[in-house]
Amino acid sequence: MQSGAQTPAAAPAASPPGQRRALSLGGRILRVFLYQRELTPILITIGVFVYFWARAGSATFLNSLSLSSAAGFAGPYGAIAVGEVLLLVLAEIDLSAGQVFLFCPWVMYWMDNLGLPLALSILIALAVCGGVGAVNGLITVRLNVPSFVSTLAMNFILFGTVLIASNETQASPIPLSTSAPSGGGFAGQFMGDWLWAEFAWLVAITIVVHVMFSRTRFGVRIVATGGNLLGAAEAGVPIRRVKVWAFVICSFLAGLMGIVDAVKYGTLDPGNAGVDYILYAVGACVIGGTALTGGRGTVIGAFIGAILIGLLNEGFTLIGLSIDQFYVAVGVVIIFAMALNVQFDRMIARSRAQ
Amino acid sequence: MSAQPAEPTPPAPAGGEAALEVRGVTKRFGALVVLRGIDMVLRQGEVLGLVGDNGAGKSTLVKILSGFHQQDGGDVFVGGERVRFHSVEDARAHGIETVYQDLALIPQLPVFQNLFLGHEVTTMGPLRFLNKRAMRQLSRQYLDEIRVNVPSIDAEAEQLSGGQRQAVAVARAVRAATKILLLDEPLAAMGARESRLIIDLVKDLASSGRVSIVVIDHNYAHLFELCDRLNVMQGGKITIDQQVHETSLEELTELMVSSYRRQLEDVSSAGAG
Repeated sequence: MQSGAQTPAAAPAASPPGQRRALSLGGRILRVFLYQRELTPILITIGVFVYFWARAGSATFLNSLSLSSAAGFAGPYGAIAVGEVLLLVLAEIDLSAGQVFLFCPWVMYWMDNLGLPLALSILIALAVCGGVGAVNGLITVRLNVPSFVSTLAMNFILFGTVLIASNETQASPIPLSTSAPSGGGFAGQFMGDWLWAEFAWLVAITIVVHVMFSRTRFGVRIVATGGNLLGAAEAGVPIRRVKVWAFVICSFLAGLMGIVDAVKYGTLDPGNAGVDYILYAVGACVIGGTALTGGRGTVIGAFIGAILIGLLNEGFTLIGLSIDQFYVAVGVVIIFAMALNVQFDRMIARSRAQ
Repeated sequence: MSAQPAEPTPPAPAGGEAALEVRGVTKRFGALVVLRGIDMVLRQGEVLGLVGDNGAGKSTLVKILSGFHQQDGGDVFVGGERVRFHSVEDARAHGIETVYQDLALIPQLPVFQNLFLGHEVTTMGPLRFLNKRAMRQLSRQYLDEIRVNVPSIDAEAEQLSGGQRQAVAVARAVRAATKILLLDEPLAAMGARESRLIIDLVKDLASSGRVSIVVIDHNYAHLFELCDRLNVMQGGKITIDQQVHETSLEELTELMVSSYRRQLEDVSSAGAG
């Protein structure tokens, strides 16, 4: 293991500098897929899209109702998944985000019923969701409760709170929804009434979180904390603060999309359970290329994963298969994606010098 | 030849030339007492070697000075000013940088981001956008300058060899240190050529007189070359304080053995009484 004699190398590179460029075409393509984890799910999603397009007939599938329905299905899972990626990269998880998604519009509804201005009601609801995230985070980092447990508990607490406070009765109309006095206007369209509003919010959230994750110091700190907790702390990363903020962001995003979703449907059902949402969301993260081991993840991938789940859901209905087959398909895709992620990680580890 | 008595005399009050002074610092983890009153002076521009058995408390002392651990008792002075570090950031604000035994690199981050971890070049404002271009350029420039060779500054730390990782960790601390550099076994996983490079790097830094250095190592040949003075830690105390040019390896070994014997006798007599 000797490097060129002339250069007093601190650490001799295992291969001469030219060798990287000498990789075969196949090797280079593999490298791209190894490091651009979103690429695989993007290709799969395009494949699924083409498949349904061919099977169901382009007229049916490209019908804007079909597509917006797929996109609408992806909206809630996508928004939760995008926030969840930050936590998965930190090697944490938020199981309560689905319940926060359902809880947030209730808070808005209650505040509105108290006679507060609608904008203030929304702000309070979002602040409460951020607060829930802060509590999740503080319990996790201060009391050393694993986040799997602290957020599981929070999930039950929120579920019960809604049941108690709502007296187990549905709420409607939700402010800003088409049937509400405040609905129908621009604000209503913007906050969920428009056919594509939920999807537009998902795209916006994805872009903002992606930029935050890949282009800011906070993003680096998330990767550092999740990749090497002790090392990050030794290098001066405020690991606890980073974790708490990630919980806050995840909860906030779930709550925000919760309001959009509630405005879209116009009613709130206290019996809805958030667990469904969180399981799809974690599934979307995994499909997108985020491992649950920490240190690696992709926000764009989570978005793609949610789109893929939405497409499968809509496509299966269109080609005349039932929701039952959809569940099986989602399961298969998740296992396939996770196995691929693990293999990719091993390839990266194996490609190290020496 | 001025072999000092094994029990060090308490250091003189911090004069202008003490870059770092430690007085009576104690630390315990639960029932385990790791530091039993450390007195240590690091003079301005000096390279101080810290030796001792595994478990003697060397790394704990370094982690207190780097702000990672907080001492239970005693005081730390930087440039004569009494300081209390609550975090690594606190210590950094006083110009103290550390190379930890475990290197504190992030496997999933590229070399240039590891090099700037905690010192990111960012835009102003609360969002702190990264200036990756500047960090890449500065990394390449700096690693070339100190002749550290990595496959690419965009390679993830996970892909580096042990020696390369160590070189990156040392480079990070050396680049950022303005007053004090703490090195906890910086040469452990390195081959001869790599060690030479790091030793030269540390010597360069020391000869500038700008930065004072504490180095832990088990290799006496390295320490005798690198250090101005050696402190021996045994059982959570500093038992020997020797100028390198006034001692030899044989003499130092002799002192350590006799000090170790004395400790054993103390323990057995305490047990008997």
